[in-house]
Amino acid sequence: MSEIQDYNSKLSDPNSRRFETFSYLPEMSDADVRKQVQYIVDQGWNPAIEHTEPENAFDHYWYMWKLPMFGETDVDAILKEAEACHKAHPEHHVRLIGYDNYRQTQGTAMVIYRGPIEV
Amino acid sequence: MASKTYTAGVKEYRETYWEPDYKIKDSDLLAVFKVTPQPGVDREEAAAAVAAESSTGTWTTVWTDLLTDLEHYKGRAYKVEDVPGDDEAFYAFIAYPIDLFEEGSIVNVFTSLVGNVFGFKAVRALRLEDVRFPLHFVMTCPGPPNGIQVERDKMNKYGRPLLGCTIKPKLGLSAKNYGRAVYECLRGGLDFTKDDENVNSQPFMRWRDRFEFVMEAIQKAEEETGERKGHYLNVTAPTPEEMYKRAEFAKEIGAPIIMHDYITAGFCAHQGLSNWCRDNGMLLHIHRAMHAVLDRNPNHGIHFRVLTKILRLMGGDQLHTGTVVGKLEGDRQSTLGWIDLLRKSYIEEDRSRGIFFDQDWGAMPGAFAVASGGIHVWHMPALLSIFGDDGVFQFGGGTLGHPWGNAAGAAANRVALEACVQARNEGRELEKEGKDILTNAAKSSPELKAAMETWKEIKFEFDTVDKLDTAHR
Repeated sequence: MSEIQDYNSKLSDPNSRRFETFSYLPEMSDADVRKQVQYIVDQGWNPAIEHTEPENAFDHYWYMWKLPMFGETDVDAILKEAEACHKAHPEHHVRLIGYDNYRQTQGTAMVIYRGPIEV
Repeated sequence: MASKTYTAGVKEYRETYWEPDYKIKDSDLLAVFKVTPQPGVDREEAAAAVAAESSTGTWTTVWTDLLTDLEHYKGRAYKVEDVPGDDEAFYAFIAYPIDLFEEGSIVNVFTSLVGNVFGFKAVRALRLEDVRFPLHFVMTCPGPPNGIQVERDKMNKYGRPLLGCTIKPKLGLSAKNYGRAVYECLRGGLDFTKDDENVNSQPFMRWRDRFEFVMEAIQKAEEETGERKGHYLNVTAPTPEEMYKRAEFAKEIGAPIIMHDYITAGFCAHQGLSNWCRDNGMLLHIHRAMHAVLDRNPNHGIHFRVLTKILRLMGGDQLHTGTVVGKLEGDRQSTLGWIDLLRKSYIEEDRSRGIFFDQDWGAMPGAFAVASGGIHVWHMPALLSIFGDDGVFQFGGGTLGHPWGNAAGAAANRVALEACVQARNEGRELEKEGKDILTNAAKSSPELKAAMETWKEIKFEFDTVDKLDTAHR
């Protein structure tokens, strides 16, 4: 058995903050993000983009980027909006949401641009 | 209307309660029993006896029968069917008029359906296999106090199952040490931790102390991780007064979720607590201690799909359903059946899943299915494949037993889960490619790698005792 390792997570280290689904995995490559966008489209969900300052990430409500892209099924168009949001707010987390209007909930939500965290 | 005359004495049940031509009403409550009759009692008579004893009948004719309209109030056996693979037992289908039951009272329905009739001499064994609750009755019941969507919104968890862990050892920890175990799990990446069902308010750890220390653990883990967390504070208590006292205190300190054992605590207490949760914005986790006493024997008792339905009616936001893959009982098809009954809004008859009736829940929300018991990271691909997103996977030993401790164990589970969700979304076949998916994820997570080395060899391959009835048994 390997030697016991310390679990390094602290209040004083902003890098310890997570942001729900997929935040325990390494940051996804562009190709991987594309597959997740495709999944949202395949489910028939409505894509939407939100962003926030990393220090306010715990809030339920982030800043909505424009409006949800109702009926948008073009993966490139969705990725372009996410990128535009990121360029406008390079210091922010950018979250991709798939709204499921039949179940009246978010089918999924994931941060696809991680804002730089100052230590 | 023809008038009847009174004749004292014992009549055959079938004369009154066997009605093969009966036309079922939408508002009827339907039940199917597996009946093993005493030798010499034929099927129709046994089925009629069950219908009689679970509705208006008694063993002899009484004059007061004639003061009412029995045709309107009686339950009727309307069909018998072979049980596949069993020469002795048969299925008896019974329709009950809705007037027999008090609105919104599971207590009342069950006092009739599984009351005296289960000790009745004409049958050697009896099992309630399924119940069709008419929408008319469903709408009089409270249902889950929050439901899946509201729970997701409150906890901010989307696109994946939730992760939990029951704190062990189940008995004997002090409140402060217990809170430590909770904190370690939550900071490592779990969404919830859970009181063991046996933990109520024993001398070694009184409930109030536990609630306070656990709440501090939740708050610190939330600040540290930036994610919403909870712990199922068990408010199961010896009396309803005590139960409400504990629930009120949980609310006062800001706990998001409490838990209750709905069978041992009793249906009356349970439905009261469910209503309280709705009134107070509290999530409600449900444990099912004692269920196996009722549902494990294939010939006698109450099937778990029925216990699932009544829980949904009385109210609960998460219910333990068995894992299919872990240490506890569970046939896969049958489990998929009651998971649907817990979560979906309309479930069609499907004998391959043990579902005997269409069930319409109307607008009643669904609840999360909780998989718990003997599971660890290697089970993650199968669990996600079986349960989909609307499940809570609870790794007790599979978190706390990690060689580096709870936080590392929690992180291992979280990484494994997210890797499986990512792969599923990419269209990969989880149960086939599970090993590759986990091995790849472990490259960037030493915690997962250590977990996979610890539990690789564990397997649970005992045969299920309560299987679906099939000819090949």
